[in-house]
Amino acid sequence: MSGSTRVSRKKKGAGLSLLSVMPLYVFTLLFVLGPLVYLVVLSFLEREEVWGVVNRFTIKNYLSIFEPIYLKTFYESVKLALVSTSLVAIIGYPFGYFMAKLNAVWRKRMMMLLMVPFWISSLIRLYGWIIIFRANGTLDWILMGIGITDAPLKLLYTYPAVAVGMVYALLPFMIFSVYSSAEKLDWSLVEAARDLGATRWQAFRTISLKLTLPGLLSGVVLTFIPSMGLFFIADILGGNKVVLVGNIIQEQLMKAHNWPFAAALSVVLMILTSLMIRMYRLITRVKDLEGLV
Amino acid sequence: MKNRTKLPNVYLAFILVLMYIPILLVILYSFNESKISSVWGGFSLKWYEELFRDKALLEAMVNSIVLATVSSLSAAVIGTLGAVGMARAKLRSNGIIEYISTLPIMMPEIILGIIFLLFFSLIGLPFGMTTLIIAHTSFCIPYVFILVKARLAGMDKSLVEAARDLGASEMRAFLDVTFPLILPAIASGILLSFAMSLDDVVISVFVTGVNTNTLPIKIYTQLKTGVTPKINALCTLMFVITLILGLLSVRLSKVQNKPVKSEKEESL
Amino acid sequence: MVIFIALFLHFDMKQKYTNAKRIWYTLAYKKYRRVKRMNDDVILRLDKIEKSFGTNKVLNGIDLTIKRGEFITLLGPSGCGKTTTLRIIAGLETPDGGRVLLEGKDVTDEEPNKRNVNTVFQSYALFPHMTVEGNIGYSLRLKRVDKAVIRKAVDEALELVQLSGFGKRMPHELSGGQRQRVAIARAIVNHPKVLLLDEPLGALDLQLRHQMQIELKRLQTRLGITFVYITHDQEEALNMSDRIAVMRDGTFEQVGTPTEVYDRPKTSYVANFVGSANILTGIVGSTAGGLVEFSNPCGAMLAKADGGNYAPGREITVAVRREYIDLVPEDAAEGGAGKGLAAVVREKRFAGGVLQIIAMLADGSEVVASRHGIDSPLRTGDKVTVTWAPENAVIVDSEGAE
Repeated sequence: MSGSTRVSRKKKGAGLSLLSVMPLYVFTLLFVLGPLVYLVVLSFLEREEVWGVVNRFTIKNYLSIFEPIYLKTFYESVKLALVSTSLVAIIGYPFGYFMAKLNAVWRKRMMMLLMVPFWISSLIRLYGWIIIFRANGTLDWILMGIGITDAPLKLLYTYPAVAVGMVYALLPFMIFSVYSSAEKLDWSLVEAARDLGATRWQAFRTISLKLTLPGLLSGVVLTFIPSMGLFFIADILGGNKVVLVGNIIQEQLMKAHNWPFAAALSVVLMILTSLMIRMYRLITRVKDLEGLV
Repeated sequence: MKNRTKLPNVYLAFILVLMYIPILLVILYSFNESKISSVWGGFSLKWYEELFRDKALLEAMVNSIVLATVSSLSAAVIGTLGAVGMARAKLRSNGIIEYISTLPIMMPEIILGIIFLLFFSLIGLPFGMTTLIIAHTSFCIPYVFILVKARLAGMDKSLVEAARDLGASEMRAFLDVTFPLILPAIASGILLSFAMSLDDVVISVFVTGVNTNTLPIKIYTQLKTGVTPKINALCTLMFVITLILGLLSVRLSKVQNKPVKSEKEESL
Repeated sequence: MVIFIALFLHFDMKQKYTNAKRIWYTLAYKKYRRVKRMNDDVILRLDKIEKSFGTNKVLNGIDLTIKRGEFITLLGPSGCGKTTTLRIIAGLETPDGGRVLLEGKDVTDEEPNKRNVNTVFQSYALFPHMTVEGNIGYSLRLKRVDKAVIRKAVDEALELVQLSGFGKRMPHELSGGQRQRVAIARAIVNHPKVLLLDEPLGALDLQLRHQMQIELKRLQTRLGITFVYITHDQEEALNMSDRIAVMRDGTFEQVGTPTEVYDRPKTSYVANFVGSANILTGIVGSTAGGLVEFSNPCGAMLAKADGGNYAPGREITVAVRREYIDLVPEDAAEGGAGKGLAAVVREKRFAGGVLQIIAMLADGSEVVASRHGIDSPLRTGDKVTVTWAPENAVIVDSEGAE
């Protein structure tokens, strides 16, 4: 006897849950999916003479990207991202690795010490670097004081300054990624290798490095993604000398009012980013971002 | 593995120091009498006084706090309801919606800024606090959602069954058992969202109106044009606030770990 | 006139008399029913319950009748469906087919919070954010019972489980045994019609488990609540239950008192699950004097006839418990009722508090005999005759034979 009441019992529970997810569904569809879809649509439209958009389908915007000036910018952005990521990997990997070898108490403290700058507004951190880098700033003060240089290094508004700024902002991502991977490392494997005759370096190379590689790789991806978008670091530390995709997009949007083109640029940027994300998912086989948060 | 060399610790210390120097410099110079940071003029609080007299800055500060509060709370409501609902009603569309709703923290911020700018123009929404709130809520939701979802997944499901067995209706069981247990996750999410919202400059720049300024925007524009140590004072204050929020968030997540599951143990 | 009054009075009296008789009979009938109810009162009935999870059919149409006030145990290995049965009774699952009748009322589709049935969960499921008092009093708070009454009920419950004074503690401050008692207190404070216990003692160590078994049984007899208990530990079941339902793959192999299940197992599965038995098969030779003689290539055996029809030539299966096996050395002057199987001693092992002697039969199968002590004069390789008293051999798996 399968009563009709049996079905209604399941339905009643489902009704409440449906109501519960409604806000999220509505918000997401309206304010996340909607804008994204609009972006893509816009990138295929033509630009009106002075202001606005004409409803004509065109791929002109995408073709414009292939003009040398824009391609160069993409290239520069990618190059900067690669440089930053490499630096971050070089600096961050040992940090994460060493951190994982600390004892429990120190590990917690390290986490806290790392999290603090992370939470602090990125602008504050940037400002700190301005102080250091500008003419007669702290760096000059130290270098001239010691006597290495006798004229102020005009480091602000140069490429290296931007690179430093990026590395500074992105380092925590890499460190966390490497750390969480290294923390799970079974140290007895290293001991076994040493027992079997490996030197410290060999043991590291064959065991530790291989096993923490996922952490390193996911850190690379986690670093690369934001590095494409952190245009305001380049803006502040690089002035007009360093131009990235982000800067162009902003320029096209605000000054040139070429919305479709800006949209096309954004779409391309997004595609690059999602390729990175896809790689991240493949590497870590993680379905959600709990590690990031 | 035993550390025979001091290399690891030295390295860690070195990098840490490098990480903190910029922040410390900013804080240090907020107390500098002299306007030019390379010259130390003596300890002074005059920049803090000037800060509090700057109406525009104060207004921006209020805006930022209001924005952060409203966004994080809205995100908490939407995100929590969403996570709870999805845990109970396993629809096939859940996965997609989850993916899309967490996109805002996966995308470069500039893209987020742009799509909101374009979209709001399209639907004719006037730029200002409203648009700021919507935009901020969108990137706050993932934080709450992910944290609550994780907490729900780790919760002992038999607790809800026990409540029902003892006489609670579905709603009562949720209020009495589930909700108190996910509360730390919600609170963590709110704090994290609050901090992220306070910090946001890129997205805010794109979706703000002419007359609305948030703190990060103000700082940003000043950094580009010309800086007075007032900014240092401001930054120091923000530093302290964010620090407190962060510590609270950590403290909360520690509380979470204690009464997580009703675990079985061996005897006395 | 007088006659009229007299007639009226007469009929009135008659009416009253009939009414009185009617009332008297009704009362007597109700008393009869009440007494009858108390004696063979069925409090819970499972009627052809079926349940599948996906393609896995967990319950295959089970029937069970549970009497008021009894302690019945569902005994079986993991995966046999006992937990599912419990959850269906509690209302945490709905069966695909069949009915659950609580005191005659069909509650199959009722929500778990509407039934007067409470569960002690395997993981205790104590609310971590409430005190012990909070946990125990939860169900009463839901019913909006007066606070003073709740306090009294909670104190009584705490006293029953011997945890008086623990009211203000939090679950994570308690040991496993203490948490378990709080879980029990929480479930009984409601005076449910039936209390369901899902392997409550599984996480406790041996000594504590024995202690709790005694306490639980004492509690049950004192409160008079019907207990439906789940375990895979046959010792537990034998010690505590009024009746045991042995489950296997979604059906009840046998339902009976511990004595019935132990001494008169119906199937070889039951014989071997409750206690351990040697299962032997053979062809019936003859039946005489209440005994069945049967044989197989390894020898001739005797078993007690249980009233079934055992025609010569039929194959029967017999279960003999290990402790009833006698291993008679070949050279012993026995003779006479030397019905038995030829075997060779293979191994002696001390396990589970008894000495197990394993002997191999001619066809390669093994027979296990158990006895007290730590050694026996038998040596590996000795030739023995495996024999037993016929009344200790039970015929099993004879469905369809009656």
